This record gives sequence, C-alpha cells and structure tokens, in this order.
Amino acid sequence: MTDLPITTTTASDRARDIRAAVESRLKTRHASERRFKLYGQLAIAIALSFLVVLLGRIVTQGASTFVVHSISVQVPLDPARIDQTALEGVNYDIMVADAVLAKLGEKDDDYGTKSEAIKDLMSPDFGFQLLNMIKADSSLIGKTVTVSGPLRANADLYFKGEIKRSSPEEERTLSNQQLDWLDALKSSGAVKTGFNFGFFTKSDSTEPEQAGVLGAVVGSAMMLLVTAFLAVPIGVMAAVYLEEFAPKNSWTDVIEVNINNLAAVPSIVYGLLGLGLFINTLGVPRSSPLLGGLVLALMALPTVIIATRSSLKAVPPSIREAALGVGASRTQAVFHHVLPLAMPGVMTGSILALAHALGETAPLLMIGMVSFVPGVPHGFDQAATVLPVQVFIWENASERAFHERTAAAIMVLLVFMILMNAVAIIVRRRFERRW
Amino acid sequence: MTPNGSSFSRSVMPMNRDDSASHEAATASAATSGPSVKIRARDINVFYGEKQALFDVAIDIPEKSVTSFIGPSGCGKSTFLRCMNRMNDTIPICRVTGAIEMDGEDVNDRSIDPVVLRARVGMVFQKPNPFPKSIYENVAYGPRIHGLATGKDELDAIVESSLRRAGLWDEVSDRLLQPGTGLSGGQQQRLVIARAIAVGPEVILMDEPCSALDPIATAKIEELIDELREQFCIVIVTHSMAQAARVSQRTAFFHMGRLVESGATDEIFTNPRDSRTQDYITGRFG
Repeated sequence: MTDLPITTTTASDRARDIRAAVESRLKTRHASERRFKLYGQLAIAIALSFLVVLLGRIVTQGASTFVVHSISVQVPLDPARIDQTALEGVNYDIMVADAVLAKLGEKDDDYGTKSEAIKDLMSPDFGFQLLNMIKADSSLIGKTVTVSGPLRANADLYFKGEIKRSSPEEERTLSNQQLDWLDALKSSGAVKTGFNFGFFTKSDSTEPEQAGVLGAVVGSAMMLLVTAFLAVPIGVMAAVYLEEFAPKNSWTDVIEVNINNLAAVPSIVYGLLGLGLFINTLGVPRSSPLLGGLVLALMALPTVIIATRSSLKAVPPSIREAALGVGASRTQAVFHHVLPLAMPGVMTGSILALAHALGETAPLLMIGMVSFVPGVPHGFDQAATVLPVQVFIWENASERAFHERTAAAIMVLLVFMILMNAVAIIVRRRFERRW
Repeated sequence: MTPNGSSFSRSVMPMNRDDSASHEAATASAATSGPSVKIRARDINVFYGEKQALFDVAIDIPEKSVTSFIGPSGCGKSTFLRCMNRMNDTIPICRVTGAIEMDGEDVNDRSIDPVVLRARVGMVFQKPNPFPKSIYENVAYGPRIHGLATGKDELDAIVESSLRRAGLWDEVSDRLLQPGTGLSGGQQQRLVIARAIAVGPEVILMDEPCSALDPIATAKIEELIDELREQFCIVIVTHSMAQAARVSQRTAFFHMGRLVESGATDEIFTNPRDSRTQDYITGRFG
C-alpha cells in the first residue's frame, strides 16, 4: 500500500514526459506539413503559368485570323478586254484593279504601274469570281457586276497593325503609295471588317487570305474514324482475351511486356512501319485518310489495350463469381457483366487514345500526308491533310499571314481535343458505377 | 496423398461404384435410416500451385438438410465448398484430385460441363454480390441464360416465386426495376439467394453468407435457410459456431486442410470424438 502513491507519481511523470516529447516534435511536424503543402501549391502554380503562357501566346497570335478585311468592287465588264473565245486567259485581276483605281479617283499611267500595285492588294479570288460569273452567264459581258472578297493578306496585315508605316519602305512588302490607297479605301468606308467565315469554309490555299481549315478538319475527322473503327474493336477484343481468357504463362507474359513497350515506341517509328508495310507492300494510297488511320490505329492500339485491361481488372471479381455461380459460361460472364461494367473505362481510354492520335504529326509526315491539298477529301483513299500537319505546313510557309493562321489552326485543334476530352469525362461521370 | 486416407476411401467406396445401384440403395435406405446422400466426396486433395490446401477429405452430405462446415480461418472449408461446384476451375493454379459425386455422378468428370453443374449447384458468397442491375434482372438472369422460361410471363413467374421463396418479395415487389445494389446488405444477400434459387438448383452452397450482415439480417437469413432446407441440400461455411448449431443438422469440422470430424450437429457440439474439435468448439483456439 505504501508504494502505491509512488508508482502513480512515476506513471504521471512518464505521461508528462511523453506529452512533452510529442509536443516538442509537434512544431516540426506542422512545419513540414505546411512546407509540403507549399511545394504542392508551387508546383501547381508553375504548371498553370506554363499553360497560361502557352494558351495566351497561341490566342494572341491567332485571334486576328478570325477578323478579315474585305471589299466590294463594281467591275465594268468591258467587251473589248474580254476575249470570249478564251475566257480562261483574260486578265480579270487587272480589270478588278482598274475598278478599284477608279474608285480611288486615280488615273493610271501608260505602263499600268498603278493597277499592278493595286492588283497586289486584292485577292486573286476576285478574278476567279469574275471568270465563274461570265462562264455561268455570258450576257453579263458589257454590264457592270459587283464582286466582293477579302483583301490580299499583306493589306489585311497592314490593317491589323502587323505591317507598320513607321518601318522603312524598302523593308516592307507594301509601298507608301499602296498604304495611302489602303488608308483612303478604309476612310471611304469601302473596306469592311468582319468575321472570317472563310477560315472555316475553305481549305488550304497558296494565298493566305484564301486558306482555311475545312479540308484539314474533314481529313482529321475521316482519319479518326478509320482509327476508331480499327483500334477500338481490335484493342478491346485483344484486352478481353488477354485479361479474361488467356492462360497465364510465359507466352502471355511476353505478349504483355511487348504491348506495354509498344505504347512507349516513338510515334515516328509507326510512320516508318506505315511507309514500309502499308504503302510499299500493300499499296495503300499515299497521304490518304485510310493510310493515316491505319498508322494511327497501330499507334493507338496499345493504349486502348492497356486502358481496357485496367478497367477490366477494376471490375470486382465478385461480379465474375456471381455470374459463374448461376451457371453463366466464361464468355457470358465477360460479355454480360464484366465488359459492360468496364465500358466507361474502355470508352474513356479509347477517346483519350484517339485524342492523342488526333494530335499526332510525326508518323503522318513519314507517310506523305505533308503535301499541299487544296480541297476537301472526297473519299478515304483520296489525298487529304489533317489539322496538326496543316499547322506544320503553315508554320513552314514564308508568308507572314500564314503565321497567324498557324496559331488559329492550333486553336481549332485544341478545341477539337477539348471537346473529345469533355466527351470522355462526361462518359466517365455518366456511366461509372460504384460498388 | 497419405496411404491412410486412400485406404480409408477404398474401404468405403467399392459398394458404391455402380452409380445407379448406389443411388437406388441410398434412396431406399433414406426411408429407413435418415436422408439419402446427395454429395459423396472421397480422397479430395486440393493444391494451390505447390501448396496443398486439402488433404484426403471424405464426407457424405445428405439430401434436404443443412450441413455446416466449421473450422479456423484457412482450414480449407471454403476451398472444399468451391470444389463442389467447380468454382476452383477459375483459379488457374488450383488442382483438385479425388472424386466428388453428386447423385452418383462425378462432378469432375470430363462429360460434366461446369456451366450445367453450377446451375444444379447454386452458390451464395460471403459478400452480397448482386449484379449492378435491377432486382428483376438479377433474378431473371440465370433462367434467361439457361433458357428456363419461354416467355415474359413465365419469366415473371419465376422471378416472383424465387423472390417469395427467398422471403424478399414483400419488400421489393413494388420496386423490381430499381437497382439490386440499392438494397440493404441483408436484402442483397436474400436477393442473391433468390438469384441462386431461380435456376432451380438441387444444392445451394453458402460461403459465410452472414459474415457481412448485422444480427437482425443474420437472423432472417438463418430463418430462410431453415425454410429452404425442405427443398434443397444446403451446405454452409460459417465462422460462427452458434450459427452452425442453430441452422445445421450435420456439422463437419476442418482443421489445417483435413476434415477432422463430421456428424450430427448436436453430437459434434455435445460429444466430439476428436480433441481438436473439442478445443475448437470450447474456444480454446481458432
């Protein structure tokens, strides 16, 4: 009994010691917690700032593409200047230039220097419009017709402030006189500023003001269609077999390792494969959506397989047992229960693989999709261009006006991708089941 | 395989080699000496890769009664249960030797399709595992894949009678199209039992069916098991000796992969022959 108080004191002493020890470490523990939180926030801030810089640069560079300066001109179709036997050979551009010159109230000299200078400000599209009008209705000859269209890219750039009067005349593509004319046209209200619908309704062109992304968008869509129809069914079936049916032995291990490795193979290698196999051996038409789709399907396949396998793995084994327990065969268990439950993951993985394929450029350069294609592809075996390659082509172009279009095409590509990712997220949210 | 085990089985088996004769003999003897044997297992050895999980298990499981398997964790009772509907087939490294005869037919025979076998031997798992589909679909799935119903009306009738026999009809009849996963744990387990009943099995295997349930839900399941015993041969694996005592007529005690003792439940619990059984049921280990 006598030593009982002593033991209680020592016990409370020990408790106090433990508390003191814990409290002395508490400070450093809190500090390290705060530090790690800060690191995390810092990392996110850096990542976000990169994103802002990237998107900001693309948007500021590309936004001006969506504005276009256009003009309407009344052109008198002088029968003396139109050789009806050779409509294609008539110099319509000069007729348009003369009409603009008349509008400016200027008289040309004998050598036609002024109208040549005006011609450089007008899109060649005006000439084609006149040609098509006359071809359609030759009675127009002798009358005055109205044509409207964009100014040439250089003039457009001047209005957008890309070409400055302050820079020395010999360093710019427009002379002082041309700038004077443009100012005069602008102040007279003849030049209209509007939304550049042409960028979305036209395909690639050698003239920047005529160039649009329609061909590339259609080409990309057709190519993705081929990729999706090949990569998704083949990938899903391969994954289902490997995950649910294949015996687990060294062969399947080898296959698994190889699939995982394929996902990490540089994409240009797939381009080489496409060149060697599809073009040289199988004779698939060069630079067609079919060919691009085949190559990208090869590239997307490992990703689809891996995504499908992991979502099959995520389905709880109790579901398989439940199905087998009521007497379903393995195939029934997989196709009635496991695969439907894995479908949201399969869809998400497939869409992300397709989005990745959409942005792929390198393998397409190898298979000749880098060519200039001025129209919308009419079939899967026709020459086509796709968005990332269009970006690549325009970036390499020498005209300055193509550079803003490069950024604008990137914006279209990004919108395409954001839409696909959004679909992936919606699919996941909408159909994901929880256990 | 130990010589001891095989000699035991040989001494018991010869008279039962002729399937039809043994079946008739069993049925005839049922009238006089208790229920006939539904499942007869002899020499069952199970290997997971190199590791042996069951050693020479031999047991007779009677028709239309509840047999419970008890024993400490890892003693092989669930493994043995899964031999009876060949669920172990799904584990690639698992190998089963020996004979399990249901009505005199070896379930491991090449001519037996596990799909058919599992329709005859239903299974209820530890954790309620309804399909993430509607209550109706959960019950209708089995009959549908086996082609047990010719029309919608017939299928509806099977679903209703299965749910009734599982004691769930009154609780869910107004929400058959709602997901089965939305039910409570006890209801889910009864739904799973209804799903097993729907394909018209002869045997129902239950692998710790109440381990994830609260006492009230457990009582309901036990009550249900007692009712179902009149139509089915039920084998239940349980960790609760009280449950074994409550629901089963026969009990088998497993220990370290061996069947130590089996017999009438009251005998096992009141007068065990083996000291290990004695130790286990008195709570000295396990």
